[in-house]
Amino acid sequence: MTTDNSSPTGAAAGTADTGAGTEPGTGAATSTGTGAGPDRGADGSAAPIVELRGAGKAYGNVRALHGVSLAVRPGRVTCVLGDNGAGKSTLIKIVSGLHQHTEGELLVDGEPVRFGSPREALDRGIATVYQDLATVPLMPVWRNFFLGSEMTRGPWPVRRLDIARMKRTADEELRNMGIVLDDLEQPIGTLSGGQRQSVAIARAVYFGARVLILDEPTAALGVKQSGVVLKYIAAARDRGLGVIFITHNPHHAYMVGDHFSVLRLGTMELSASRSEVGLEELTNHMAGGAELAALKHELAQVRGVDVEGLPEEADLRAPVTSGAGAPAPSVPTAPPGGKDS
Amino acid sequence: MIPVSQATAPAASDSPPASPAAPKDGRTSERSLARRVLARPEIGALIAAISVYVFFFAVASPFREASSLANVLYESSVMGIMALPVALLMIGGEFDLSAGVAVTTSALTASILSFQLSLNVWTGVIVALVVALAVGAFNGYLLVRTGLPSFLITLGSFLILQGANLAVTKIFTGNVATDSISDMQGFDQAKKVFASEIGIGGVDVKITVFYWLVFAAAATWLLLRTRFGNWIFATGGNEESARAVGVPVTFTKIALFMGVGAGAWFVGMHILFSFNTVQSGEGVGNEFLYIIAAVIGGCLLTGGYGSAIGPVIGAFIFGMVSQGIVYANWNPDWFKAFLGVMLLLAALVNLWVRRQATRR
Repeated sequence: MTTDNSSPTGAAAGTADTGAGTEPGTGAATSTGTGAGPDRGADGSAAPIVELRGAGKAYGNVRALHGVSLAVRPGRVTCVLGDNGAGKSTLIKIVSGLHQHTEGELLVDGEPVRFGSPREALDRGIATVYQDLATVPLMPVWRNFFLGSEMTRGPWPVRRLDIARMKRTADEELRNMGIVLDDLEQPIGTLSGGQRQSVAIARAVYFGARVLILDEPTAALGVKQSGVVLKYIAAARDRGLGVIFITHNPHHAYMVGDHFSVLRLGTMELSASRSEVGLEELTNHMAGGAELAALKHELAQVRGVDVEGLPEEADLRAPVTSGAGAPAPSVPTAPPGGKDS
Repeated sequence: MIPVSQATAPAASDSPPASPAAPKDGRTSERSLARRVLARPEIGALIAAISVYVFFFAVASPFREASSLANVLYESSVMGIMALPVALLMIGGEFDLSAGVAVTTSALTASILSFQLSLNVWTGVIVALVVALAVGAFNGYLLVRTGLPSFLITLGSFLILQGANLAVTKIFTGNVATDSISDMQGFDQAKKVFASEIGIGGVDVKITVFYWLVFAAAATWLLLRTRFGNWIFATGGNEESARAVGVPVTFTKIALFMGVGAGAWFVGMHILFSFNTVQSGEGVGNEFLYIIAAVIGGCLLTGGYGSAIGPVIGAFIFGMVSQGIVYANWNPDWFKAFLGVMLLLAALVNLWVRRQATRR
């Protein structure tokens, strides 16, 4: 993935590669219990690169996230679904180093870590493509592509940006991902949402990410552009990256996902691999299925409310985690139970 | 004029190698040359500078002489040297209200210290540099630690310095001005470095003019050709994004404030060694002139956009107006009014230019 870019002594490229040199297969240092918590079914193929165990985060009195367990494996797409305010953003902020968790554990290659800054996470090969894309709108595309990891040449007092090489590399990398831009000098703010998203993904892949976190990459996009972005997610997966795909669109998630976790009000409502859950069920969970099912009987007595389409409680059979990841065989029947533990 | 054509030329010549063979998807057609020239931050200021020059050339005959141009350039350079770091800071998303009095502070430090302790003036010069950098570091550190707006923090340090300048000077001299240091050891040497004149074609040009242009070239290089320059744009353009991709935002901001300190030190030394003595109440209000020069030069007040050539042109406009009014025998009181009109026009032109630039 990081092809031949470090041939002339690029100091910047060197730093960019520090955490990246480890190829996906080398996440080997995991003798510690990978068999614990969320290790389910078909996913258990390779050791997880990043793992959350009962992790949570409280902002003062407000508990934004509680008891979340998640494993990210190379070449797998882990989808995190949830409505607004479910804690998705908090989850990725913990993994990407913007915030620190206040309970549970975050493990990278099996060892517990606590990131002080996004730079530390990047150095461990965890790259995040944020909802706002972490681009600087008025800066040219190529400067955005290399921002924070610029290529330079020359000795210190006259060390300067290697502009020609950066432009060439950015152009190559974007083409490899199937993105064709005619003018890399144009401010990135003039690109469309899908194009910017694609640049951000290409950028993360180029800088040797082992884990790619995508924060609602399709949220603001049209149908066709969403398809383009999903294609890049699949491309990143096929390159052996572990992908965390945050979304509130179960259809998008089901197209590329290998494992699905649904967050609700800061806790995990569902954690299931692809073989254990169908699209319809996933959609129901996303739509607040468990709560709706409980409401169904009440609603049925109200004239004018069509409850035919709503799922019965018995339909929601997929394993549901509560708290520290102990798999519960059936659904929590009452809504408060889902919220509190 | 020249810098603009130089700056756009590489962009035009760099892209062809990649494009001819490459397939185009037709949606991101290359912007026309005219539009790319218009996208330069300093183009509005350049047009304004040419207009102002033509205007005074026409109405004030003494303005046409070479010695007048030397005067205009000198006036511009003293302000322009400070406008450069202030502009970089502004591109980095902050501004510094203490810049004007910091000039006086560093001049006073060097002057009082050398005189009171009868030291070689170079000792005072070095200590003044340390003090000026410390003021900048203080501003920057406080800013990144507290997250308060730079307006508040530097307004505070502006008042502190303004008061301290007057009070400390009175303690030592009993007066509002410092004692003359012209007979002190090392003075002549320092004057040669900071405040000499160089004759070109029979016209004496102050050395600050050359420093100004050299610093401007260095600042341009720093901004466009180094990692640090990239960080400045990113920090001012979108601080959160910059931090998220690993740009050392804290370092960048503190360094930029210290850059303003270094500029204040240099101008302070020039003032000290050209007048031998320093008026402790000077410098108040100059911070706005620096900011105005940067804004007229196309720097965005909110950060993330601008150039180092822009404030050079902005300072040149300032110099032309302040001297041109004198040469035209007008009441100099009109100067500030003229400057205000220039500022508003520049802000409007910049707004329009930026819309053109970012439109597809």
